[in-house]
Amino acid sequence: MSGLLAVFRREFAAYFATPVATVFIVIFLALSGTLTFTLGQFFARGSADLMPFFQFIPWLFLFLVPAITMRLWAEERRLGTIELLLTLPLAQWQAVAGKFLAAWAFCAVALALTFPLVVTVNLLGDPDNGVIAAGYLGCLLVAGAYLAIGAAISALTKNQVIAFVLAVAVCFLFAASGSGIVVEFLSRNLPALSEAARAISVTERLNGFVRGVVSLSDLVFFASFIGVWLFANTLAVEHRKAD
Amino acid sequence: MSALIEIERLSKRFGAFVAVDEVSFQVAKGEVLGFLGPNGAGKTTTMRMLAGFMAPSSGTARICGHDVQESPVEAKRNLGYLPEGAPTYPEMTVEGFLTFCARVRGYDARRAARRVADAIALTQLEGVRLQPVETLSKGFKRRVGLAQALLHDPPVLVLDEPTDGLDPNQKHEVRELIRRMAPQKAIVISTHILEEVSAICTRAIIIARGKIVADDTPAGLAARGPTMDAVFRSLTLAAAA
Repeated sequence: MSGLLAVFRREFAAYFATPVATVFIVIFLALSGTLTFTLGQFFARGSADLMPFFQFIPWLFLFLVPAITMRLWAEERRLGTIELLLTLPLAQWQAVAGKFLAAWAFCAVALALTFPLVVTVNLLGDPDNGVIAAGYLGCLLVAGAYLAIGAAISALTKNQVIAFVLAVAVCFLFAASGSGIVVEFLSRNLPALSEAARAISVTERLNGFVRGVVSLSDLVFFASFIGVWLFANTLAVEHRKAD
Repeated sequence: MSALIEIERLSKRFGAFVAVDEVSFQVAKGEVLGFLGPNGAGKTTTMRMLAGFMAPSSGTARICGHDVQESPVEAKRNLGYLPEGAPTYPEMTVEGFLTFCARVRGYDARRAARRVADAIALTQLEGVRLQPVETLSKGFKRRVGLAQALLHDPPVLVLDEPTDGLDPNQKHEVRELIRRMAPQKAIVISTHILEEVSAICTRAIIIARGKIVADDTPAGLAARGPTMDAVFRSLTLAAAA
């Protein structure tokens, strides 16, 4: 476990040792705020909740999360430090989990910094803070799902641009598969797949959390989703470590 | 006493290309083995397999009796490894980087600090302790890699070109350091510099095209021809022909 913890601490500190953290957090806060107040019509809706904020999160994370994960393994490969990391006495899954958890913790920090929105709705009205907390939990799980996808893809290449583009594409699949357009198209042409498409959609799962419903099946979905991608990540590191 | 490093019929194939072809050797405590060969002969590939970074196509490598494929964590615990090019995380300070390595190796904060201080003193890095690694010269970076390999005082050291990029004074210091540690450890170093082999190695293996072409003491090798250079050339070129 000391290996996992050491990797976690190194990775987490690395975000703040470079401008990555500042740029990511500033852009995330600016975009999430702008979208919430303009397109989301935060004020005009006249309802004290964070629905407009939460609904943009999966789409914002779609581009921002792969920007975090693209360097996770690709950079280790490019710098050659992967040889150092994997010849230290730690199991591969510990390196994978340490990196993933550090990236996740970083996303949690970014999400936590949107607290002025929570303060605002509480000043303007009387929102259900339990629903808001559930929404934040959902957003964190969506971030985790995207991070797990991006980390696994990053382990396959030493080129960060490729890692970014592929991760956005795969995340998009899981974001869009629950959208009206896709489900309608599938139910008209391939009805067998339309239910499956909804079931694997992270945005569809997030909707439950945003309504304040934290269901066991959704938690199990995210846990196994992240688990499967991290397992793929470990395999990718194991089999391509020296390439 | 049995050997600390045991390599048995180790091979690595990349498609049709055989990078390392049935290499076997053992290194006992107190030995400093010089691993020689032209570029592309399979030195780095052999060392990577020994360090558990690359899986062999066939054969086994053991460190202190632990198979590097079957019990990798135990094997790596007994190993100090300097990868080719001495890679480090560029944004970390020397001390931060070494502390990270110590923490991964399971030392608590206090013992890690002591280990790091010892390694910094051994490799004479005191002056750059708090500098980010990316701001250091090539010679310093190499010594940071060396410090990382020595951190836990391992019984087995595998160093891929430890003196590459160092100036003559630094080369001398590193050789002195290796010589001082030699009685307690089994050490493998790869190098292009033949004089280095006569200077610090107790034994030399010459590898060409993935095969061992000579395994002898430096004096024994030198006695085979007019100069060490001439012996190296005739052995490696004969294998290539």
